[in-house]
Amino acid sequence: MNVKIIVRGKTKGTLLVSKNPINFLGGIDKKTGLVRDKNHDLFGKNLANKVLVFPFGVGSSVGAYTIYSLKYNKCAPLAMICLKADITTASGCAISNIPLVVVQKQDYESLRDGQQVSLDAVSGKIL
Amino acid sequence: MIWDGSYKYYICYNKDVLLELTKDEEAALDGKHGETLALAYRVLVAIGDATGSDKLIPIEWAHLSGVNYNTIGDAGEEFLSRLSKDAKFKVKTTVNPMGFDFDTVSKYDLDDQFIQKQQGIRKSYEKMGVIPSFSCIPYQIFELPKKGTHVSFAESNAAIYANSISGLKTNKEGAFSALASAITGKSPCSDLRDENNRKPDLTIQMKVKNKDELTYGMLGYFAGKVAGNSVAISGAKNLDMRNCKSLCAGMGTSGRCGMFTLEGSGEKIDFDDKEMQKVRDELETSESGDIITLGSPQLGLDEISDLAVMLKGKSFKKRCMIFCPRAIREQIKNLGYAKKIERAGAELLYDCCICLTPLIDKSNVDAVITNSVKGAYYLRTSNGVDVNLKSLSQIVNEETN
Repeated sequence: MNVKIIVRGKTKGTLLVSKNPINFLGGIDKKTGLVRDKNHDLFGKNLANKVLVFPFGVGSSVGAYTIYSLKYNKCAPLAMICLKADITTASGCAISNIPLVVVQKQDYESLRDGQQVSLDAVSGKIL
Repeated sequence: MIWDGSYKYYICYNKDVLLELTKDEEAALDGKHGETLALAYRVLVAIGDATGSDKLIPIEWAHLSGVNYNTIGDAGEEFLSRLSKDAKFKVKTTVNPMGFDFDTVSKYDLDDQFIQKQQGIRKSYEKMGVIPSFSCIPYQIFELPKKGTHVSFAESNAAIYANSISGLKTNKEGAFSALASAITGKSPCSDLRDENNRKPDLTIQMKVKNKDELTYGMLGYFAGKVAGNSVAISGAKNLDMRNCKSLCAGMGTSGRCGMFTLEGSGEKIDFDDKEMQKVRDELETSESGDIITLGSPQLGLDEISDLAVMLKGKSFKKRCMIFCPRAIREQIKNLGYAKKIERAGAELLYDCCICLTPLIDKSNVDAVITNSVKGAYYLRTSNGVDVNLKSLSQIVNEETN
């Protein structure tokens, strides 16, 4: 599948698919990568070393620092795949060197939790 | 946040527009003007590509988030310390609240490490040339530039207020995008900076009869979930400063929507008692609380003056914390409001706000009573305390003698 590259990089990993948008500041524990918002569909799951798939980021602009903290605390996702990259997520990934891509809606909906992927955010492909 | 998959209202950008830089911008991106500028341009290029912008435009004012040590942690503190070694803000730059008020912090049981780290963050920002406003309501305490001026506001309630009420243009910036704008004086021209994207394609009809700041906050929270860049709100009466700030803050918490108008077209959906109950069920976890907090967003001069009148002859039954910007401190003292509020037993705190303050913690508080939907979300998710939602008039009626 073709992707639009927002932050470049290459990685291989398991998809963690979120149905809900993510408010990184309120929703994610920056020291562990655990989803701590009880109302979120990923509650109790860990973002660390996963290829995180979510529609877009919402809420606090400080979420960008949460993304950076996840990287600093070695519990960041390997990469992120969004339907619409919001400014907080894009700027957080850019500072933290976390590959970030945007995919078309039908491709987005074909991504399955637990699937192994190889993400090439240099030439712009997911295999 | 329960997501019902209704992102049909979102415009999914996949325009393959790439940002075009001038020769000078290109050189800065390549590191020819130093590491800091290269980093700032890397952020601008990423958000430019994310939002489908083809150029950078000048902005006149940046308002930064990421000041409270509780929110940015050691990672953020070290990052800002490194950055401040050679970064200087190029445009007027103001900042969000910190974790506490340095003047009164000794009254609270806060560990020294937190205080030192917060001091470090403050110094880094000051070294880069910030106006030390420590407020989430820059639109209420600073003189505003003329209508149509581009600014970069990271604080979500402030971005929404600036676009919707002040006539300024900003995207709902991220902490690092506003920081990059402060350093470069630029931002990608996309989303709400483009006149075509400011027209709402969805109208939310306010059908709830009781219109106060709490119901407007819940309306905002609902709107944020279903709206794209911009949304119209119909049936919004009594949209005074208090209600309007609450609407902006609720919207900023749940969504990525950065603007509302009071007139609009497109598809219509209702915000009625049933929808409001769903929001309440999501945010409220307690039927009462140990303490009361007011001020997310921080209260401005008008709201403090109203409060002083409402509290006449009354006394809080519980501890009540009220958060305001330092900019109004002298005024509310001189006008006698501070004394009236303190006489009712409330504490006035400056430079900080409800959201993620270390002064409210699950080790010393079980549940908090607040009229702030934004405060409720972060108290529950970040501070880990339960929340009881009450409007200001309910708080004054039920929680004072």
